[in-house]
Amino acid sequence: MSVKERAYVLSQDMCAEGIFSLVLRVSFAGQVCPGQFVSLFTDDKSRLLPRPISVCGADADEGSIRLVYRVAGFGTEYFSRLQAEDAIEVMGPLGNGFPLELAEGKRVLLVGGGIGIPPMLSCAEALAYTAHEPVSVTCAAGYRSSDTYLLEELEAVSEVIVATDDGSLGTHGTVIDAVRENGVAADIIFACGPKPMLRAVKAFAAERGIPCFVSLEERMACGVGACLGCVAKTERPDPHSLVKNARVCADGPVFDAKEVDLT
Amino acid sequence: MSSEPRMEVEIAGVRFRNPVMTASGTFGSGMEYGRFIDLREIGAVTAKGVAIVPWEGNPAPRVAETASGMLNCIGLQNPGVETFLERDLPFLRESGTRVIVNVCGHEPDEYYGVVERLNGVPGIDMLEINVSCPNVKAGGLTLGTDPKMLEEITAGCRKRASQPVMIKLSPNVTDIRVMARACEAGGADAISLINTLMGMKIDTERQTFVLSNRTGGLSGPAIKPVAVRMVYEASRAVSIPVVGMGGIACAEDAVEFMLAGATAVAVGMANFVNPYVTIEIVEGIRNYLIRHHIDDVRELIGAVH
Ligand SMILES: Cc1cc2nc3c(=O)[nH]c(=O)nc-3n(C[C@H](O)[C@H](O)[C@H](O)COP(=O)(O)OP(=O)(O)OC[C@H]3O[C@@H](n4cnc5c(N)ncnc54)[C@H](O)[C@@H]3O)c2cc1C
Ligand SMILES: Cc1cc2nc3c(=O)[nH]c(=O)nc-3n(C[C@H](O)[C@H](O)[C@H](O)COP(=O)(O)O)c2cc1C
Ligand code: FES
Repeated sequence: MSVKERAYVLSQDMCAEGIFSLVLRVSFAGQVCPGQFVSLFTDDKSRLLPRPISVCGADADEGSIRLVYRVAGFGTEYFSRLQAEDAIEVMGPLGNGFPLELAEGKRVLLVGGGIGIPPMLSCAEALAYTAHEPVSVTCAAGYRSSDTYLLEELEAVSEVIVATDDGSLGTHGTVIDAVRENGVAADIIFACGPKPMLRAVKAFAAERGIPCFVSLEERMACGVGACLGCVAKTERPDPHSLVKNARVCADGPVFDAKEVDLT
Repeated sequence: MSSEPRMEVEIAGVRFRNPVMTASGTFGSGMEYGRFIDLREIGAVTAKGVAIVPWEGNPAPRVAETASGMLNCIGLQNPGVETFLERDLPFLRESGTRVIVNVCGHEPDEYYGVVERLNGVPGIDMLEINVSCPNVKAGGLTLGTDPKMLEEITAGCRKRASQPVMIKLSPNVTDIRVMARACEAGGADAISLINTLMGMKIDTERQTFVLSNRTGGLSGPAIKPVAVRMVYEASRAVSIPVVGMGGIACAEDAVEFMLAGATAVAVGMANFVNPYVTIEIVEGIRNYLIRHHIDDVRELIGAVH
């Protein structure tokens, strides 16, 4: 059940240049699953649409969620100026989340590129703390440079391999280069990041015959499945309109990589 | 004066609990926002446009934020009338709200096909014929901008429908009064306006169009003054009821449309900003009436002229 409410900021920190970690007190913290997102609203009446941001962590006891985001424009810049005790309009939880139940007892590869890393941390933590069957989790994290974020937290709950665009840390190249270089073996892959990265992950999974789930981004208006603004091309008829255009906000954002067209 | 003002309005013999409806395409078939609000508390749900067969719509990106509004080029993606009747209508009937079904097509025969299929179906209170979608190349907009065609398609739908027929007008015309009169001449039971205003957004960094379709329909508070003016003009040009919409975001906006001549109002983009907005508008109108010692909401209709 999602709600829209006024949430108070518990804390905000900068984790790297232009990357912020925002903790909000919300009523729905106990219901959030890794891969789900929330809509954040600015208080500027000329910028009305929600900004979708993935949940990077949730603390049911404290009643809080953590969002990690990159300043990319007006809205995210506005969010970055919020301080403890400020209030913000938030709607959530939204979307479907990763099918973590499929990872029970498996070797899991998490692939996060850039600002796709935060939801991977929430997957890694959930798998480390709540899986019934033991899982082994490797996280391949792709950064622009050695100005990393969330790396220590990932290392606390998973094996981590790193790729950087400029070669200043780990493998010089893409996350898939890092996966190959380290000979990572996996039974299932969860991924979030820019589309070219997701394409490469999908191809890698297909080549190895590994089930793979990807989290997609699209421009949104309602965020709840009502406006059909945020579609992704699918291989089979989508559940809403039966026309192979699934709603990223409601039918996703997580899709079986085989089912979505990433071209 | 009684303490509770009367909120009911009537259009073509259909009684609505209050004058606040949802605008087609912004509220799905009620299911999504039914998780946030009790659909019985609003006047009616107007469903997303349905065509005779499923429509794929345009590629993404389909939406873009603009100053106090947004552009969309959904292109009327919909599952077609059969799925609507099997899946969405039962939900809407169960919810206990009034149901208006929005109809789209590329040409008159496609509209008539949908209207014939909906004819006599229980649980549909009214049809809204969308002759004004700016995002469909073949039909829609041209139909709604030529008064002769408009009169013909209105008469064609009227003849085939057991339910009252409301025609949804495009603001992308020189004189809205001519279009309103054409609908009345064709036998329309009501008209609704405005649909979105044709717009465009260009990404200056990338030097490309933001929307896949290049153009899109503008909605939201940015279009409200245009919509109020058009509702005023149209309602004075005809004697059939007018449902007003375009940028309504609060009770005062809704009251403004009624004062301009609307019998009821529809809320579109504002749902995206606040999923509870329709209920808040109903409550706000009630408070407005109490504050102004008005005991019947219908007293607002066209009160400013
Ligand atoms: C499901 C989902 C989860 C996301 N999770 C995160 C996250 O965890 N961390 C993070 O940093 N970013 C995330 N994003 C991207 C984030 O939504 C955009 O960076 C943000 O909306 C930019 O808003 P702005 O006002 O700063 O930029 P502006 O360019 O000023 O925004 C203008 C409009 O475009 C939309 N927009 C711009 N970029 C994007 C984009 N990439 N995706 C969707 N809409 C966009 C905005 O929402 C707004 O409506 C996610 C996107 C989606 C769809
Ligand atoms: C995303 C979106 C989809 C829409 N789809 C339809 C539609 O299917 N049929 C229709 O008649 N109008 C459609 N409209 C137009 C609205 O019903 C309404 O006329 C318009 O948005 C103005 O109202 P607003 O400013 O309150 O949104 C759509 C509008 C939006 C924003
Ligand atoms: S944003 Fe409206 S359907 Fe996804």
